[in-house]
Amino acid sequence: MATKTFIEAIRDTLAEEMRRDESVIVLGEDVGKKGGVFLATDGLWAEFGDDRVIDTPLTESMIVGASIGAAMNGIRPVAEIQFADFIFPAFNQLVSEAARMRYRSNNKFGLAMTVRAPYGGGVHGALYHSQSVEAFFSHVPGLKVVIPSTPYDAKGLLRSAIRDEDPVLFFEHKKMYRSVRGDVPETDFIVPLGKAAITHPGTQITVIAYGLMAHYALETADIVADKGISVEVVDLRTLRPLDKKTVLGSVKKTGKCLIVYEDNRFLGYGAEIAAIVAEEAFDFLDGPVTRIAGPDVPGVPYNHVLEDWFMVNPEKIAAGIRKLAAY
Amino acid sequence: MATKAKPPTGAGSKTAGRSDLAASVDLTDDDLIRMYKTVALARAVDERMWVLNRAGRIPFVISGQGHEGAQVGIAWPMDPKLDWFAPFYRSIATCLTFGMTARDILTAQYAKAIDRSSGGRQMPGHYGSIDNHLVSLSSPVATQMLHAVGIALAAKIRKTGQVAMSSLGEGSANQGDVHEGLNFAGVHKLPFILIVENNGYAISVPVSKQLPVKDVAIRAEGYGMPGVVVDGSDVLECYKAAKIAVDRARRGEGSTLIEAKVIRLTGHSSDDQQTKYRDPEELAGLSSKDPVPKFRKQLQEAGVLTDEILARVEAEIKAEVDEATEYSENAADPDPRTAMKWVFAEDWPSETPPSWGFGDGTEGEGHGGPDDTSAAEDAVG
Repeated sequence: MATKTFIEAIRDTLAEEMRRDESVIVLGEDVGKKGGVFLATDGLWAEFGDDRVIDTPLTESMIVGASIGAAMNGIRPVAEIQFADFIFPAFNQLVSEAARMRYRSNNKFGLAMTVRAPYGGGVHGALYHSQSVEAFFSHVPGLKVVIPSTPYDAKGLLRSAIRDEDPVLFFEHKKMYRSVRGDVPETDFIVPLGKAAITHPGTQITVIAYGLMAHYALETADIVADKGISVEVVDLRTLRPLDKKTVLGSVKKTGKCLIVYEDNRFLGYGAEIAAIVAEEAFDFLDGPVTRIAGPDVPGVPYNHVLEDWFMVNPEKIAAGIRKLAAY
Repeated sequence: MATKAKPPTGAGSKTAGRSDLAASVDLTDDDLIRMYKTVALARAVDERMWVLNRAGRIPFVISGQGHEGAQVGIAWPMDPKLDWFAPFYRSIATCLTFGMTARDILTAQYAKAIDRSSGGRQMPGHYGSIDNHLVSLSSPVATQMLHAVGIALAAKIRKTGQVAMSSLGEGSANQGDVHEGLNFAGVHKLPFILIVENNGYAISVPVSKQLPVKDVAIRAEGYGMPGVVVDGSDVLECYKAAKIAVDRARRGEGSTLIEAKVIRLTGHSSDDQQTKYRDPEELAGLSSKDPVPKFRKQLQEAGVLTDEILARVEAEIKAEVDEATEYSENAADPDPRTAMKWVFAEDWPSETPPSWGFGDGTEGEGHGGPDDTSAAEDAVG
């Protein structure tokens, strides 16, 4: 079995899906000859040419809007938004159009399309190259939102996303592109959308996370294990539709729930998890449902001291776990 | 191309000769009669919508009165079996030209379950039909033109020979999506045509406050495509301009921007009182640009629309509109038990909310339907 970086898994998957299905195209800014600013599409233009690997003008709304139209006419577009921070010009096309097309047409129109975007901080990207945008889109019925944390999941989930009959937002933590490696089988496996994974079984505290935070949660589980705290890590993998069964099953077993996310704390994705756990696992709880999340400032500041201050890390998560364990 | 897949009108073959007028646009007399019927049917359906609204039968109307001639003339060279159209909320005549019926329009007005556009989910005016290659429409304006651009992109990639057209008002032409879409269509010479139906008003704001130039069409130059202005009250002028653009697009020569100068005969919608911002003299002067009597007179003078044919067409229209009204009035409302359907292609039971009914409105019926009690069992387990 080959060991791949996170971005290699994504690049391989794009190429393989394009070979498998000639209706799959890639479009976005700098995705062609350059292969994308992170090189996620490197080599695709050379193999598949101008028609299927399209360098667009700097027009995010058009990238998504034209993907919607192309999806109506026999194409499976995989659009790249260069940074998740730049997705907002396409917000209307995603929320008013892509998310609602099937519902508003009573199932007459469906949009098999994927929008990929790198997100997240810790890479000296400051306010406009570090954002987490998943909460905006997870709020919207009609959009599927995926955030993988391993090369294996990236491959299996991206295959599922591209083959899905509805719009999928596929967010990739940019700090993981080259820092995360893992085994990826050569087989045509998929990871189904809407299924979380228990990546570290434990008995005393459930830690729920996704993306880079799923790695930090695993690291932290090992740190606190030395202190005798048994943590179960749930990697959500798909934020919407949410795998409530796995989340609630774990919390009912451990009785304690900590949710970790990098986005601003207030109304972040973890707020919905907290609400669901409070509503549906109340009788099983031995402590308050708690959150470790980014501070409520409008963006990640640039200076490295300030960025460190912003970012959730294993130390901060460990402090939260100890506090909750002692409750 | 133009004679294919159009709704039959009942106009007999005995009239299918060729007047000078028909010959001048390379159509048959029968084509012209069917065009007239579509224009007049759109007007009749529209007028019926207002009657039903004022009678309290339907809550909302957004009208296409004054736009019908341009819409029929421009959509006529398209092939609804092959090509695609992304219309806007005044596009009743466009939709009829692409094969929707009076019934399809009026069931949407009543928002009945059988409404082909949305099954009663959307406001009236948001028409769409995959069978008729009409893209489902939303309310934020101009978004749909990017969908047509994407359809054209797919047509180019797949080499299907399709043309994609989209229409919007001159107010919507100021949206950023229009710039992004025309620019991309221009770069890639896509088989795409944008129609700007300029009726002079964006709800209440006159064109003098929307545009620093007389015509939207001159913007086409900035996108490397032809920009054409046509008199939207002249059906055949609209047809000719669209035919050139469609043929050009189909030959792979790229996009066109067509601006049709039309009139808006009604308020913006049934909730608008246009006398508040339009002078009585202006409104009184509109009738000379009304495409329905103008086209009728043109066809009568050309000897195409005889009294006998006109009487038959008018009787057919009245019967269709009456039947559609009756049908829509009696059709069933959508069932609320279906309202969770089609968020996605498949059901999504993993998010089923708790069903113990703490005022969340689900009252024991989860997303997975009345039989899905798994979450409730889990929750109280």
